[in-house]
Amino acid sequence: MKKLLVVLLSLCMALCLAACTKEGGKGDETTIKIGGSGPLTGGASVYGTDVYRSALLAVEEINEKEGKAFFEFKFEDDEADPEKSPNAYGVLKDWGMQVSIYTTTSGAGLAVAEDYFADRIFALTPSGSNTGLIYTNNKNYDNCFQVCFTDPNQGVASADYIKQNGVGSKVAVIYRSDDDYSTGVYQTFEEEANKVGLEIVYVGSFIDSDSDYSTQIQAANNAGADVVFLPIYYTPAASILTQADAMGYKPVFFGVDGLDGILTQDGFNTELAEGVYLLTPFAADATDEKTVHFVEAFQKEYGAVPTQFGADAYDAVYAIYEACKAAGVDGTNSAEEICEALIGQFTTMTFEGLTGTATWSKEGEVSKSPKAVIIKNGGYVAAE
Amino acid sequence: MVFLSYLISGIGLGSVYAIIALGYSMVYGIAKMLNFAHGDIIMVGAYVAFFALNRFNMPVLLAILLSIIVCTALGIIVEKLAYKPLRAASSLSVLITAIGVSYFLQNFAQLLWTSSPKFFSSIVGNGAFSLFNGELSISYINIVTILTCIVIMIALTLFINNTKTGRAMRACSEDKDAARLMGINVNKTITITFAIGSGLAAVASVLLCSTYPSIAPTLGSMPGIKAFTAAVFGGIGSIPGAFVGGLLLGIIENLAKAYISTQLSDAIVFAVLIIVLLIKPAGILGKKVNEKV
Repeated sequence: MKKLLVVLLSLCMALCLAACTKEGGKGDETTIKIGGSGPLTGGASVYGTDVYRSALLAVEEINEKEGKAFFEFKFEDDEADPEKSPNAYGVLKDWGMQVSIYTTTSGAGLAVAEDYFADRIFALTPSGSNTGLIYTNNKNYDNCFQVCFTDPNQGVASADYIKQNGVGSKVAVIYRSDDDYSTGVYQTFEEEANKVGLEIVYVGSFIDSDSDYSTQIQAANNAGADVVFLPIYYTPAASILTQADAMGYKPVFFGVDGLDGILTQDGFNTELAEGVYLLTPFAADATDEKTVHFVEAFQKEYGAVPTQFGADAYDAVYAIYEACKAAGVDGTNSAEEICEALIGQFTTMTFEGLTGTATWSKEGEVSKSPKAVIIKNGGYVAAE
Repeated sequence: MVFLSYLISGIGLGSVYAIIALGYSMVYGIAKMLNFAHGDIIMVGAYVAFFALNRFNMPVLLAILLSIIVCTALGIIVEKLAYKPLRAASSLSVLITAIGVSYFLQNFAQLLWTSSPKFFSSIVGNGAFSLFNGELSISYINIVTILTCIVIMIALTLFINNTKTGRAMRACSEDKDAARLMGINVNKTITITFAIGSGLAAVASVLLCSTYPSIAPTLGSMPGIKAFTAAVFGGIGSIPGAFVGGLLLGIIENLAKAYISTQLSDAIVFAVLIIVLLIKPAGILGKKVNEKV
């Protein structure tokens, strides 16, 4: 029996070691070990891949600027799955992670938020927008911060934008009911819509295993909606666009950051996404110096245009870097020392990033202004 | 009019279920086993059609034909390798093997094609007929799906009733040992059944993905389970039963989504199934068989 257990355990370990890992940078004892996880495979792999690539780009730039390995970076695949992110977290912790860019997606992050808090490792998520990543009803994860907007922010900003810019008058919402991110955005959107007097004529939902959205689309059409709000990820959104087109229904589609990545899917007819609005803090075609530099470097390295997830990750690494510099901590400090120092920095500093000028609240929520972009000719253009 | 449009898309969805359900039902009727890998054959068919259309720019009919050939071959290989050696084993072993094959195909597809979804472009182009001044619109693919389903159903019924192989199939389903004594090659008949079922799965995959365009390695599991439900609903082992069961399931699902709740639609579908089975345990068109002990 004992032997069997030993065999099983060693098998488990071998599997853990064989799991997908990406690394960058190697250094000495002053090097800070920065970890993170996200979906490198699976339905949301565009996000994880972009986060990983952009964070690595930032790490390499910083190391070059410092003339030594300031950061050592390790990124684990969690498939955006709450059951897999604790494993990824375990691997990172065993590796000796001192600060973290947390998880890429909300669902995966909710499963490890308590661990990050209990282990006192500073965590800054580029794109996990659920508020549960930074606080719960009765507890503030004081060492957990966000670069992207929180779900409530996105819902509120979307409703305000649709109302103020007259995108449409009758709104239908189709959201994913078994996803915290989607439900979170939808709920705050509805509250804000009621507040500003935006009429919601239909609300439909679906679950992850559904592939048929035609009934929801038909119902939105029958309700006379001229805007369809999609607080969901790009995979089902692409299906919804295709099915709506097959029915001859052509409303304005309005999404939030989850829609980013819709243009990069294999076989998807990007013409269908023409005219789709999405609320995002980053547009790759912007002309400010930081964006141009980032987009060029990213394109040179990976041959693709980064999404806002990439921009958020790039900002996350730089924000941590600036805070570390300001606090004067390095790899010789323990994770907990770094954590306390960074909490002090983040709650007081102002960070100039790709995605805007950001400040953070004690809860870890970011404050910066959202921009709406519209998809034109297969690219993102600022909508105004 | 609104009701009619929900009804028609329900019939479209039901037709796909019906074609898939046929695969389950025929195999069950003849080999007395539940082929849970059927849904994954659909997934393979979808990928083959996707690559033929998107990567090699083949004409639509050629792509469908290729997909049918690959699926038929796959069905035969799976049957020969995984199920035939277990013909004398208990039905439980075969069931577990079928689940194993299903997982194997899913994971193999994930290795081969990754789990990032791909997008299938509809074989008939996007668009819809507009009737009654645009009050009712029926998408082209819906019409193609419903027509294909009817054609398959008629062809299969004629095949089963009027050809020698069809008669052999019916004989096998009634009594394998007696059929063998009468000189019927039971093994060959079962292989043919698998081949036909898998070929139909390929057709279903193309229709399914034209309507619901996202392709992933787990694509087959949900429609597979629904179609299996449809087969049980209509009476497993019965071809008209699969047709009726598939259509009813599609219609109930769609109307439940439209008029009751999108979240509860699956619960409603399965509640109806339970009620039907309580009243008529053999399914709507199923034959009542007295087990001899």
